[in-house]
Amino acid sequence: MSEISLAQQKFLLAQKKHRRTVAASRLCIFVLFLTIWECAARMNLIDSFFFSSPSDVILCAYNMLLDHTLFTHVGVTLFETISSFVLVTILALLTTIILWLNRKISETLEPYLVILNSLPKSALAPLLIVWLGADYNTVIITGISVAVFGSILSLYTSFQSVDPEKIKLIKTLGGKKHHILTKVVLPANIPALFAVMKVNIGLCLVGVIIGEFISSRQGLGYLIIYGSQVFKLDWVIMSIVILCLLAWGLYSLLSHLENRYLKRMS
Amino acid sequence: MEKLMEIKHVGYSYHTMQGETPALHNINFTVHKGDFLAVVGPSGCGKSTLLSLLAGLIEPEHGSILLYGQKLFQKSGGTIGYMLQHDHLLEWRTIEKNVLLGLEIQNKLTPAAKERVLDMLKTYGLYKFKDARPSQLSGGMRQRAALIRTLALEPEILLLDEPFSALDYQTRLTVGDDIGSIIKKEQKTAILVTHDLSEAVSLGNQVLVLSKRPATLKNVVDISFPQNTSPLERRNLPEFKDYFNQIWKELNDNE
Repeated sequence: MSEISLAQQKFLLAQKKHRRTVAASRLCIFVLFLTIWECAARMNLIDSFFFSSPSDVILCAYNMLLDHTLFTHVGVTLFETISSFVLVTILALLTTIILWLNRKISETLEPYLVILNSLPKSALAPLLIVWLGADYNTVIITGISVAVFGSILSLYTSFQSVDPEKIKLIKTLGGKKHHILTKVVLPANIPALFAVMKVNIGLCLVGVIIGEFISSRQGLGYLIIYGSQVFKLDWVIMSIVILCLLAWGLYSLLSHLENRYLKRMS
Repeated sequence: MEKLMEIKHVGYSYHTMQGETPALHNINFTVHKGDFLAVVGPSGCGKSTLLSLLAGLIEPEHGSILLYGQKLFQKSGGTIGYMLQHDHLLEWRTIEKNVLLGLEIQNKLTPAAKERVLDMLKTYGLYKFKDARPSQLSGGMRQRAALIRTLALEPEILLLDEPFSALDYQTRLTVGDDIGSIIKKEQKTAILVTHDLSEAVSLGNQVLVLSKRPATLKNVVDISFPQNTSPLERRNLPEFKDYFNQIWKELNDNE
């Protein structure tokens, strides 16, 4: 590379400054929020019995870390979320392939999928508990039920939108339906699959928390419900903070995988 | 010359809930080995339908298509190569993987076959791009890669469905020249569908003129130029404009 022109240098500098300002502002909001919250609690502007405070939350987390209960609750929620996420992905992909292979099946099932997708799945949870019992399987199935129908519908739509000329290409090369699937439809839909997965990881977490609200003795959802019933609001707020971190972590993991895939493709 | 393909009284209609649209009516012609046929006709007259029939992708409703005297449908298995309007190189495959796609599908990916295809990449100047993604190639190079993908299956007949129409005019001339000479060099029989009369005259040794839909075969114009003139050179010969005018007249007759 030859040397960078003055105008380009100026542009790069401005971009860098912009990125720094954004990063600093983000951090500022976070620190400011915690400071105001902590001060308000200490100066009795808010009742720390109801609103807790950052230091109480950290202390609470520390204590629970010492007696290993925190690890159990987070572990259970994480396990249930990842299980339902993996199962949703497999189930949605397989179902979509079957629907794509057979137009009769897909046209027959379409209205049912649409209805099941628009149904608020939390309404199903109590029923699932009665049918399946109050254990972690039920929670996982609740997680699946929240995400699976939407995934099938959006994957199926993107399967359908594959360029018909590309399908014709495979036919002109003497390919059969399974060639069309494996050589064109599946590889063309990997970006769509990533998009669906990124939505699903959040939805599965929602489903798992709903499941834990009503049927569990462990997990962050249980901790939130139980904490609110016995007015241990430190637990509730701590759980919500951990949920934020979990959601963010899982989402970033998927984004990272997606970026690696995109990089490999260019 | 040896008869390769016979098209006898072929007719075809499209069916939708709204009704039936006849596309082709009573088409008859014969393809000999080494021919380069160019099919021209008004747009939407059923040229592409004709190619789909010849490729065995759809079955004629009337008449029959014979390849070496045998009924064609469902047995094309690599004997007929089809080049689509766009190159349709798959972006998630490298150029090498793209040109091997046909062999992969037909389970013919032997080391010898692979060698042969890689040699073709070398001959036509794409070897150093074999690990590149399609998006890194120019339009002309992509079209050449698409042709090699088609030739990899060693087809007896090549069907070309306006393969240059997506290119800009300048590229189109050079790629047309390019692909014309590759086909000649590989000694293939080819059928080209186009709406560009000058393309038809410069590449073909016979031009089939179709009428408006439902298309019938209006006329067959034999084209002869001095030996070994490239498509680009042909455009500058005096015969070129005579053929052009003749076909132009045929097309615009009784309108």
